[in-house]
This record gives sequence, structure tokens and C-alpha cells, in this order.
Amino acid sequence: MQSFAYAAPETVKQALDVLAEHQSAGRRVQVMAGGTDLLVQMRTLDGSPRTIVDIKKLAETNRLDVGASEIYIGAAIPGAELSASKPLAVCLPGLVEAMDLIGSTQIQGRASLGGNLCNASPAGDTIPALVADAGVCVIATPGGQRELPVEQFVVGVGKNALKPGEFLLGIKFKRPAARTGDAYLRFIPRTEMDIAVAGAGVSVTLDAKGVCTAARVAIGAVAPTVILVPGAAKALIGSSLDDKALDAAGAACSAAASPISDKRGTADYRRKVVAVLCKRATKIAAERAKETR
Amino acid sequence: MSKVHVETRINGERMEFLCEPQQSMLDVLRDNLRLTGTKEGCATGDCGACSVLLDGRLVCSCLMLAVESGGHELTTIEGVARGDELHPIQRKFLEHAALQCGICTPGFIVAAKALLDENPNPTEEEIRFYLAGNLCRCTGYDKIIRAVQDAAKTLRGEAA
Repeated sequence: MQSFAYAAPETVKQALDVLAEHQSAGRRVQVMAGGTDLLVQMRTLDGSPRTIVDIKKLAETNRLDVGASEIYIGAAIPGAELSASKPLAVCLPGLVEAMDLIGSTQIQGRASLGGNLCNASPAGDTIPALVADAGVCVIATPGGQRELPVEQFVVGVGKNALKPGEFLLGIKFKRPAARTGDAYLRFIPRTEMDIAVAGAGVSVTLDAKGVCTAARVAIGAVAPTVILVPGAAKALIGSSLDDKALDAAGAACSAAASPISDKRGTADYRRKVVAVLCKRATKIAAERAKETR
Repeated sequence: MSKVHVETRINGERMEFLCEPQQSMLDVLRDNLRLTGTKEGCATGDCGACSVLLDGRLVCSCLMLAVESGGHELTTIEGVARGDELHPIQRKFLEHAALQCGICTPGFIVAAKALLDENPNPTEEEIRFYLAGNLCRCTGYDKIIRAVQDAAKTLRGEAA
């Protein structure tokens, strides 16, 4: 019978080898970054023995680069570190805020952006922001690496596109163009420490006259997965983000949503709220776009 | 089941222990090392009673495997006082009666220390947000906030 084991590889190859050995032997193995979801799930949902592969000792999962053309965020970097990065706050403030909304100070000390994405909760706060910012997953595979846009990475409730033997190294972005801003807003019934009833991530690019030239809108907690809403982006592009364009974008979000009713809110309520969040997040993103060169 | 040998530093002292790979830091602190000042409330990272500092950063010891502490530095509530002398935060919790049953208190003090180490002059709102991951079901929080504010003042050298 398999017993619990812990491995903390120091190279990507070692990590892939551990995953491959377990896979071929039919033994359970699970990758861990911050552990704030994994350890709770292991204690409360499924406590079956496994080997835990801690990826916090890898250079590739700890690297944070805000370069001239590309931004890279290692999968294991905790929220506290992302919030402390000034260059990241300049380029992707909406993403940093989305990460910072998750849990308490204690959780921020451990929980990672990569883990929030891999956990693939419909209400995961970073995911709409990652999709709006056109994040691309960099995945370690036995053959090397592959890349996958974030909106294709989450494939179902708690399900991601990683194949056995693979793990997430990090997420990369093109450095936002001039006059680009992003924002993420969620609705919760209190001010802190809760799970989104609905959420919206928006990125917009404006021209010198304030006309929207590019946009991405993603909504969370209103469908089995976070979804990109091209109809909302279409409503914004070409407009000066006036009320009419914002209303149309909001309506596109409501139409794209397929929410459930649960203790956090009814389906109807979520459909309404997601439109409001889209409009408000777009306004914030537009203000930020005006502030950047 | 094979145990893992871990070498770490806790409250400034080199420590070694054997633990199960899946054992939490909290369980090892309490059950193996008999450092029972750190409390278990929820064991799911919601209540903050098990707060410790890992390399100076505030974390829940229930959401960390003990094996992960290898090569790192932990500070627990036992490491907050200086010998027999209470830390100003501890003293102010007593003076303000910022505790009743006391289960949450070690976590609050460790978290308050982390806050005041990085921000010596927080606003009330900053204190409330920073400590939002520490739950107290007795005090209603107000006395805790006052104690932290007063401790901050003392640490800044502004008043006794």
C-alpha cells in the first residue's frame, strides 16, 4: 500500500522525474505550491496517501520578471510577494488586486497565483484577471514545455488541462501596450475573506483620444469555469467607453453567464451583478489606461 | 510509514525532529516539540489561532507541512517575549483585557507583531484588515484593536 511521502525537487527535471515514476508505477502524486487549498482538501475531502511534490524550490516557479516586452510570474510565488512588487503593480494592477483579495494575511503568505489557477474553482479570484490580461500558462512537460492560454487551461469545476506528468511553471503576459489598464472586481456580502458571488476582470487599451482600441472581459463565479466574453469586448472596442457601450458590455456578460443559485446568491441576482461589476471594472481599467503612457 | 528528519530553527534555536510527511507544522509544534502556545482552532486556515512567522512572514502553521520548515526559521508565540519580560504587545493585551478565553490570543499576538514589524504606525482600518484572518469569539475585537494601537505607540516610543 502507498504511504505518504514528500519530495522537494530542486530542478524541473527532478520534478518531472518524480511525477513520471509515480505515474508509471500507478502511485498517487500531487504537486503543491503554497498548499493552502491542497492541505485543506487533503484533510477534509480526500485523505488518501500520496507523494506531495513541493515545487517551491524551483527557480522557474519562483521567478518574477517584469521585462520590456514580457512579464513572467512563477507559479509558486505567494501573494504577499506579488503585492510587494512595484513593477507588477504598475503593469498589471488588476491582477495584483485580484490575488490580494484571496484570504487573510496568513493565506497571502503562502497561497500562490499558480495554485489558485490550478485549483480551477469557478470563483477563483485571479482567473478572470488572468484571462483579461491574456495570460498564457507555461507548462513543464516530459518532453519540454508547452503553452496554453489561461482561458483554455481551466476546463471544468476543479479541473485543469494539465496531463499526468505535467505541472505549471508560471504564467506569462505580453507587457501591456501604452494606455492599457486592467481591473478586477468581485462582489461578496462583506468586505473581506469571502468567496465571490460574481466577479469580472477587464483589460482595455485606449488611443490618444480615449477611444477603446482593444479590450478583454472575463467573468467569474457565474459559470462552471471563468469565461472570456468576446461580446463584451466587442461592445467596448471603438467606443469612448460611454454609458451605452458599458451597458452593452454588461448585457453581454449577463447573457454569457450561466450561474447556479446557491447560498451566496440566486442565478438571476448573479446575472445582474456580473453586468454591474463589468461596467465598474471597465471604468477603473479605463482610468488606469489614461494614467499609463 | 517512514519518518522524515527535519532540521530547522525555531525561536532562534536550532531544532531537529522526526515527523510524518503529511504532518502539519502545527501538529509537530504541539505534539512533537511540546510548543503548545500555538493553538489549533479550525485546522483549515480560517481562524489564525495557529499563526506563526516563517522567515518573518505570517502564515498559518496548520496550512504548512512540517517537512517544509527544513532550512527555514520559525517564530512562535514562545519566541515573542524576551526572557521573562513580556513583549509590549503581550503587556498591552493584558492591560486592555484584550482576551477572555485566550485560545485566539497567541495567534493575534504573533499576527500583531508581524503587522507592527512592517508597519509601526498602522491606522485602525489597517489593523482590522491585517488581523482579519484571526478570529475571536469572545472580545468583539475592539479591545484587541485598542491593545495593538497602544502597543504600536509604545513600540514607537511615544508613550508608556
